[in-house]
Amino acid sequence: MEIKTEDYRIWYEPDISTIFLQGFLRLDGMEAYKPVMDLAINALERSPLHLTLNLRELEFLNSSGISMLSMFVVKVRQKGDVEMTLEGSDKILWQTKSLKNLQRLMPSLTLILS
Amino acid sequence: MNAPHPVQTFGNFLEEIPASDEYLILNFSPSSAPRKRRWGNYGLSADFLGDYFSAFFPGDEPSEQKINRRETVKAAVTYIANELIENAVKYTDEVAGLPIGIALYLYEQEIIFRATNYAPQQSVEKYQAFIRDFLSADPEEFYANQLEKTALGQEESSLGILTMSNDYGAKFGWLFQQQATSSSSTSGSVPSLVPSLVPSSVSNSVANPVQVVVMARLEV
Repeated sequence: MEIKTEDYRIWYEPDISTIFLQGFLRLDGMEAYKPVMDLAINALERSPLHLTLNLRELEFLNSSGISMLSMFVVKVRQKGDVEMTLEGSDKILWQTKSLKNLQRLMPSLTLILS
Repeated sequence: MNAPHPVQTFGNFLEEIPASDEYLILNFSPSSAPRKRRWGNYGLSADFLGDYFSAFFPGDEPSEQKINRRETVKAAVTYIANELIENAVKYTDEVAGLPIGIALYLYEQEIIFRATNYAPQQSVEKYQAFIRDFLSADPEEFYANQLEKTALGQEESSLGILTMSNDYGAKFGWLFQQQATSSSSTSGSVPSLVPSLVPSSVSNSVANPVQVVVMARLEV
C-alpha cells in the first residue's frame, strides 16, 4: 500500500503496524483525501492491537488534511480495541500547534513529538 | 446615482490598513484552466509568501526553542496564506470571472493578511452563519465541537478558520459587499464589476457575487 507523488509519499509497513506520511499534503478538500483515508482504514483493519501514525517528515498539512486525520482518529476510537500512537516532530510548527487537538477526539491517543 | 451597496463587517475588521514599509500583493487572474491544475500554484504562492516574509526575521538567534523565529514566521505565514487562498478559491463565483487576491503587510509586532474574492450569494449566507457562531461561541469549546462534527462527517470541514485562530492565534475580521447589478450600474463613475459574463438567461435568478474580504492578524 503506497501513494506517491512529487509532493508526498504515504505508505503502510505491516511489520511495524505503522502508517508513514511524508512531504507536503495540501489536497483540494476532504474528497481529495479519500485515497489517503482508504489506505489508513485498510491499515487499521490489518493492525489488530496497535497502530502508529508516523508524521515525523510531514512538513505541511492543510486544514482539509487535519480534518481527514480527525476523521481517522474517530474511526480508530469507534473501533474501540486498537491503541494508537502519533509520532511527530517538534521541529515542524504545524505539528506542535495542531496535533494535540486530536487527543480531544481520543484521549487515549499517545502523542510523541521529538 | 447608484444606491450604495450594503456592506457588512464582522469581527475586528480594519477599514484602513495602517501604513507599512513592507507589503506584498498577489492577484490571481480568473482562469478557465481546471481548478485541479491551478491548485498546485496556490500552494506554491503560499510557500513563497512564507519565504518572503520570514526573510525579515533573524534565523540564527540563540534560543531555547526548537524552531527559531524565522522558521516560525515562515511556517505560520505559509499555513495562514495557504488557508486563506484555499478558502477564497472554494468560495469563488467562477461565473463572475473576478480575481482572487491576497495581500500581506508587515509591522513591528504583527503581519496583516487580507484576502479578497467574489462569492456567490448562497455560499456567503452559509459563511456568515458560521462566522456568527464562531464569534459568539467560546473558542476552545467551539473548536472541540467542530472538530468532532467534522470527524464524524456531519459537517463540511470548517477547520481552516479554527486552526488559524486557535492554533496560531490569528485574529479575524470580515467584510462583505454586495456588488452592483449590471442594470443599475449604468453611470460611468462606478465600474461594473459584474459585466455581461453572467449569461442573460440566468441573470435574473442568480444574484450578483458578493465581495468577501477576510482579514487575519498574526502576532510575530
